[in-house]
Amino acid sequence: MSFFARFAQNRGALVGLIILLVIIAMAILAPLLFPESPWRMVQRPFLPPLSQDGFPLGTDTMGRNVASGLMHGAWVSLLIGLVSTSVALLIGVPLGAIAGYYGGWIDDLLMRFTEFFQTIPNFALAIVLVAIMQPSISSIVLAIAIVSWPPVARLVRAEFMSLRNREYVEAARLVGQSNTTIILRQILPNTLSPIIVLASLMVATAILLESALSFLGLGDPNVMSWGYMIGAARTVIRQAWWLSFFPGVAILLTVLALNLVGEGLDDALNPKLSRER
Amino acid sequence: MNEASTETVLSIRDLNIALPKGADRALAVEDVSYDVKRGEIMCVVGESGSGKSMAANAVMGLLPKGVRATQGEILFEGQNLLAMTEKQHRALRGLKIGMIFQEPMTALNPLMRVGAQIAEVFEAHGQFNAKERQTRALELLIEVGIPQPEKAIRAYPFELSGGQRQRVMIAMALALEPILLIADEPTTALDVTTQAQILELIRDLQQRRGMSVMFITHDFGVVAEIASRVCVMRHGKIVELGDAKSVLQNPQDAYTQALIAAIPSNAVPPHRETSQVAPLLEIKQLNKVFRSRGGWLKPAREVRALEDVSLTLARGETVGIVGESGSGKSTLGRCVVRLEHPDSGELLLDGVNLSQLKGDALRRERHRVQMIFQDPYASLNPRTKVGMAIAQGPIANGTPKAAALKQAGELLDMVGLGASAVERFPHEFSGGQRQRIGIARALALNPELIVADEAVSALDVSIQAQVLELLEELKQRLSLSLLFITHDLRVAAQICDRIVVMQYGRIVEQGSAEQIFLAPKEAYTQDLLKAIPGREAPVAATA
Repeated sequence: MSFFARFAQNRGALVGLIILLVIIAMAILAPLLFPESPWRMVQRPFLPPLSQDGFPLGTDTMGRNVASGLMHGAWVSLLIGLVSTSVALLIGVPLGAIAGYYGGWIDDLLMRFTEFFQTIPNFALAIVLVAIMQPSISSIVLAIAIVSWPPVARLVRAEFMSLRNREYVEAARLVGQSNTTIILRQILPNTLSPIIVLASLMVATAILLESALSFLGLGDPNVMSWGYMIGAARTVIRQAWWLSFFPGVAILLTVLALNLVGEGLDDALNPKLSRER
Repeated sequence: MNEASTETVLSIRDLNIALPKGADRALAVEDVSYDVKRGEIMCVVGESGSGKSMAANAVMGLLPKGVRATQGEILFEGQNLLAMTEKQHRALRGLKIGMIFQEPMTALNPLMRVGAQIAEVFEAHGQFNAKERQTRALELLIEVGIPQPEKAIRAYPFELSGGQRQRVMIAMALALEPILLIADEPTTALDVTTQAQILELIRDLQQRRGMSVMFITHDFGVVAEIASRVCVMRHGKIVELGDAKSVLQNPQDAYTQALIAAIPSNAVPPHRETSQVAPLLEIKQLNKVFRSRGGWLKPAREVRALEDVSLTLARGETVGIVGESGSGKSTLGRCVVRLEHPDSGELLLDGVNLSQLKGDALRRERHRVQMIFQDPYASLNPRTKVGMAIAQGPIANGTPKAAALKQAGELLDMVGLGASAVERFPHEFSGGQRQRIGIARALALNPELIVADEAVSALDVSIQAQVLELLEELKQRLSLSLLFITHDLRVAAQICDRIVVMQYGRIVEQGSAEQIFLAPKEAYTQDLLKAIPGREAPVAATA
């Protein structure tokens, strides 16, 4: 059975994938459908949804097109979520794997280093980092990655510690496989399920973290993001519900889709589940 | 044995138990009928997957989710247990029917003192007050023969040995003086000498109290020790049912005959020629101590796993290391393959000292000694295809991938699985087949010595016999040497040329298999041999 066929057996995963593809399509098509900058004021402010042609989702406090903002924002939110999670995984997985596999003083050293990051509240550290580096997409991505890798390292370390003395790992050691091969071939594939689940949640947290930073005015001033839209609309939530509602739903759907896809990936990668169903 | 009266305590009639859809067969138990009479020990025997435990679970109302009885009835004192409500059933459990389980380690609550756990049984049925319960618990502990019962009642389960925990379990099952005791493989997880004691205890209690016992086991040796009647099951059906004596001595069904034949009931090894050739492996004065780090209030603990162990193994020879748990036999095996680092001593393989090698130098020598692991389910990476699992050794040692995979196919063919198994995942194979894969993996590097650590202990008897046969055949064909570690003397008798008996990290006795079995010198060896179930007489012991 092909990889995709196994993936598609999980219906939720397929739904998630479709939602995700729609969101990606939105991000790609945004400049074509709304060639004008989403920051431009095009109509009178506080126009409710469907009240005027060309503004299906209404306008915001400054008279900007909400639909245009939503589509342009998809690009930024997805980018920040995915890239910062990848960076966090790139830091956390190797650190956790090395600490868990070798143990002893290496483990002590790496874990104290990890705890150093964990003792500072996530959000405070992210604010400080963005403020120091000047708000821009890359500084935001980096700041989010730096605050979110410690849980990955801890998770991977715990998995490695429980797997490193399994008989099949000992068998691999016996046939003379090098430590690197054992880590990459024997243990890492078996830690994938929890990593995938955690990563899909991390993308969600990253999108929300970016929203929070934008809300404080630390977002990239040149790009429209869902977080910025919600932040800007909070003060008028009782007069104009649609301003925070649509970007909120967009974040919800993205996070949900990522979770479903993550679960489907896990099923498809797990040889046991895939053949028994 | 008490002469079994004709009064029937438990009667199972035409029982069918359905498995959920997608299981390997539709019915776990099919058309099963048997009785348990007052004061008898009824043994239900079968291999794994035979459905032997299912009927017992139905009696206790402990069927797993999705599994249910679809036909027949279970009559206990005239009441149909299958028609009972959960509440009625609960009132019966413990009070009239007691049960002991296989794993004494997991069947007790680790955070509760032993006395409190026994008292809880009375509490669940609202009997006695708190103080009386404690006295009763103590009486029970005395009855099941726990050493220092006053101390044991205040102990936590982890402070007791496996055999003592099983005694506690029996005390709990007996607390309310049940009419029927169900014992589901109660001695399988125990050492052979402990097993003999527990069997003795069960038989003794059964007679003293006139209980009926339904004893579930896979081991015909145990049956011979304890049963008054036997019910042999296979694939959910009863194959043979009858008096223990007649079934054991004169089995009618071919399957029963095969099962009994698979166990050498008198465990005498065949005579083997021992030719003196240069030793392949020489172990000299090997020592290994495990230390646990102490704390501020806790002294550091030391366990001497190996103490001055010396032995030699000739080329083409099979040496059995026999001992009970904690004897250091596994540590010895792990030191030989260098998964453990011995503290001192020499491990000479063809003159090369393996004990002091480290890092890359060790990695280069590793291919010469390979290991077959105990647990066929844990020793294969669930995400690696079988062919790759075998080929990864040669690949790590420099063979190109395509050639290594081709060799893996040949090896799989050699162990009787067929080259097509290369593309499949481990979970598609049964326990015995997986053990064959483990053997193929060990052979992939053309080792000179193979260490088999309890390699057949997790397998059913008939599968065990097949795997042993395969090992023997491969050994002859490839002129291998084997270090065979086992707790089961019966298995050692079948395959070993020489046997080394270990206790508390020391070698107690070593000699040819024949010598050890027919003329053991040391008292400990004699005890071990005496404890083999069903050894003296393959007939139910008569009281």
